[in-house]
Amino acid sequence: MSAFNAIGESREIDRDEFTPGLEPQPTWCPGCGDFSVLKALKQALPEVGKSPDEVLTVTGIGCSGKLNSYLETYGFHTIHGRSLPVARAAKLANPGLEVIAAGGDGDGYGIGGNHFIHTARENHDMTYIVFNNEVFGLTKGQTSPTSPKGHKSKTQPTGSAKSPLRPLSLALTSGASYIARTAAVNPNQAKEIIKEAIEHDGFAHVDFLTQCPTWNKDARQYVPYVDIQESDDYEFDRTDRQEAAEMMYETESALYEGTVLTGRYYVDDRPTYAEEKIATGEMTDTPIVEQYFDDDREWERSYDLLDRHK
Amino acid sequence: MSDNELIWRVAGGSGDGIDSTSQNFAKALMRSGLDVFTHRHYPSRIRGGHTYVEIRAAPEEVQSRGDGYNFLLALGDSFARNADEAAVYGNEEIKPLSENLDELREGGVIVYDSGFVDEEDVAELNLEERAEENGWHVYPVDLRGLAKEHGREVMRNTAGVGVTASLLGMELDHIEELMEDAMPEKILEPNIEILHDAYELVSEEFEFDHELRVPEGDHDEEQALLSGSNAIAYGAIDAGCRFIAGYPMTPWTDVFTILSQNMSDIGGIAEQVEDEIAAAALALGASHAGAKAMSGSSGGGFALMSEPLGLAEMTETPIVLIEAMRAGPSTGLPTKPEQGDLEFVLYTSQGDSSRVVFAPGDIEEAYEQTRLAFHIAYEYQIPTIIVYDQKLGGENKNVPVSFFDREPDPSLGSTLTEAELEEAAHDASGKFHRFQHDPDNDAGVSPRSLPGQKGGRFLATGNEHSPGGHIEEDPTNRVIQMERRMEKLEHIREALDEDHPSNQTYYGDETADYGIITWGSSHGAVAEAVERLNEGGHSVKGVTVSDMMPFPETEMTEFLESVDEAMVVEMNASAQFRGLIQKELGRFGEKLTSLLKYNGNPFEPAEIVEGYELHLDGGDAEPTAQVRIEPAAGD
Ligand SMILES: Cc1ncc(C[n+]2csc(CCOP(=O)(O)OP(=O)(O)O)c2C)c(N)n1
Ligand code: SF4
Ligand SMILES: [Mg+2]
Repeated sequence: MSAFNAIGESREIDRDEFTPGLEPQPTWCPGCGDFSVLKALKQALPEVGKSPDEVLTVTGIGCSGKLNSYLETYGFHTIHGRSLPVARAAKLANPGLEVIAAGGDGDGYGIGGNHFIHTARENHDMTYIVFNNEVFGLTKGQTSPTSPKGHKSKTQPTGSAKSPLRPLSLALTSGASYIARTAAVNPNQAKEIIKEAIEHDGFAHVDFLTQCPTWNKDARQYVPYVDIQESDDYEFDRTDRQEAAEMMYETESALYEGTVLTGRYYVDDRPTYAEEKIATGEMTDTPIVEQYFDDDREWERSYDLLDRHK
Repeated sequence: MSDNELIWRVAGGSGDGIDSTSQNFAKALMRSGLDVFTHRHYPSRIRGGHTYVEIRAAPEEVQSRGDGYNFLLALGDSFARNADEAAVYGNEEIKPLSENLDELREGGVIVYDSGFVDEEDVAELNLEERAEENGWHVYPVDLRGLAKEHGREVMRNTAGVGVTASLLGMELDHIEELMEDAMPEKILEPNIEILHDAYELVSEEFEFDHELRVPEGDHDEEQALLSGSNAIAYGAIDAGCRFIAGYPMTPWTDVFTILSQNMSDIGGIAEQVEDEIAAAALALGASHAGAKAMSGSSGGGFALMSEPLGLAEMTETPIVLIEAMRAGPSTGLPTKPEQGDLEFVLYTSQGDSSRVVFAPGDIEEAYEQTRLAFHIAYEYQIPTIIVYDQKLGGENKNVPVSFFDREPDPSLGSTLTEAELEEAAHDASGKFHRFQHDPDNDAGVSPRSLPGQKGGRFLATGNEHSPGGHIEEDPTNRVIQMERRMEKLEHIREALDEDHPSNQTYYGDETADYGIITWGSSHGAVAEAVERLNEGGHSVKGVTVSDMMPFPETEMTEFLESVDEAMVVEMNASAQFRGLIQKELGRFGEKLTSLLKYNGNPFEPAEIVEGYELHLDGGDAEPTAQVRIEPAAGD
């Protein structure tokens, strides 16, 4: 018998269960794109049959990091840039959990960039939502890794000399097995993409364009947007790495020229990290957390390892 | 200095197989009934460089490397350089012989590989003259030739062991058994031949004029030879640790390796990750989900763990971190021990620190205190750190096998089951009051739930938070939460004082009014020095402290009140532990003199004896060793 009975429980789940009683109304600025991520999650989770007690939302620091204050699930609001290593270990320890990591563009592509590369590379079975507002929101508007070249802020007074990072391309070369971009202004697509990401077996990266009307002076609203799957102008095979790479490159460049392309870019059914680990014998398929609740378990002892020392 | 002891030093290049040769020889001595202790000295290089391992063996317990040594097996460095390199680095072939002569005791034995080094180079060392002066007995043997005759040149280690055994009057049976266990058939046969040939050759060719023989001993029970790193790893396994994440860094790598090699066999998970920030964060994530988890590193890597460590304190996530000190600052002396990270592990990370820190003094304590670290971490939901060093991690000692014959402790401590959660307090939206101040809980702990449990939902956050984990800046809540977290340390101190045998080790003359205080891995050398001083007619008592945080206030006050003066012995330059005593007790500054060593090598007992004598003398005489006496500073 499991000690974690919220996992896999089959019951009708209501959207409202995901709204916390204590602070039902987020304190994000009016018009902030972050609301849309919250809304999409609240819609997606019940639709994929997940209840608040079986979801672990792990966030970084930033306006975006507040997500789990406003989403009623198990939550871990960690430190700046480190949501992914916390999240992936929780998933390894208890694979039954639905693990969702989230944070800002500064959090995930800047300070936590190394973890992004390696978590994607390892293909942990989890969802990673990056609230990409092309700016540091919480610290008041400094230039971020995705800010356009020439972006002026208090810390880049003459305009950024750096070209922005390409998040989709980076996810692809790093090894993510599901990659999509959606935008706050496109709620239906956002919900569907988040559902797909949650249901995908492997590392699903969603670059979520979330406008920051407070600090992004250009007040990008990411409209009009184009869904590349729906538009006739873009034909490509998203299971083909080469074609996906080209589509991503075009999308990333277009954003800075005013065209907002969104949609699904890549999907791959390669084995998840846990599957790989079990296959090499590095890990068993009994979740380690269950072992602590198994009263009949015979715990191995160092006493039985001493032959090599005698 | 006992006469009835062997301190065998085998020297060569790193990569010459000195580790495995010495490990087997130490085991053979242990199997013959002796107590053994090993010390390894190596440079931060993969190839070449002056390396040695010392094995001290005696009929009674040995707890340090001792002073100097009495048998040198100089193998010659097989990775000696080509002519171009030699022009810069000098002749490395001769170094296993030339670099080791200074510490060889009077009357000591030297075996060197005459098939390897040039007789001209040996002549340049004035070996004959020095041997005469010091009463050394020199046996040049063509080990390389012997090895080549039956097998390959690398087997000259075996020839060296055969020669050693012969000169020491030691039977070959234990050595042979161990070779049989360790070697595949193909290389076993030539090695056995080499062993016997070497054994016989020396007794035929030489007239033994030295007195040194292998001591005789007897054990009441079966022994195991293991290192401090093994002990830490085994303590973790027996505490139910089933998740380890890390990134390699000397000397922490040993613990990481041992656990990684065992984890999959015992149903656990080992993760080598992208950096130490990730390593600590993974351990936190696994613990948050309900695993007993650990991580660790050495100086620089541990520095990267600072922020996750603070997150563990703030979210009250149980976690055990291991810090293997090496000489700093920065990359420092990567393979040399120092006790310079004490203040670092006590205080690193922002805000008031609330963590537990243990510094085991020997191999048994390394095991015990690692187990205890897990127990406390999970019972009190607090990060617990084991701080040790390259010396303790790398040295091997025999421990009775029965020491490990005990029950594992896989308890998750203060963690609720789903049934218990049903009874617990929740807020309006169904959040469990994870961070609730509970006046009925004597230990100040609020039990936790685990993600996936029904009815246990809460938010863990590094921000200040309300009982349900909600981010909260209200001043009253802030004070309640701060005090609840900080008070746990007081409860842990009480529990350590009451429920456990003291983690401090006392020795020497109880009635003495001079005390020697040390901490962590300097224990062995200090304990031996105290014994020697008392045997020599002085009256000295000693204590080795392991509880760094929470500090053993009562015990240390008692000790310091009982003496007029005390010397604090530690391997660092700024007297960090002395500073901690003064900070924690707020007095005794005028009683505390420091004996400090920071040249990259651990203390030898004689250096402590000399330090004591110089301190008592009060004169201007300088210590002969590379140590520094730092006079009492007052409060
Ligand atoms: C180690 C560390 N460095 C800096 C900060 C300050 N800080 C908090 S959030 C943030 C950037 C936020 O930008 P982003 O990640 O894009 O999130 P957003 O607020 O835009 O959602 C910074 C620099 C911190 N909390 N920790
Ligand atoms: S500062 Fe920007 S990102 Fe932060 S809440 Fe306000 S609008 Fe949203
Ligand atoms: Mg941002």
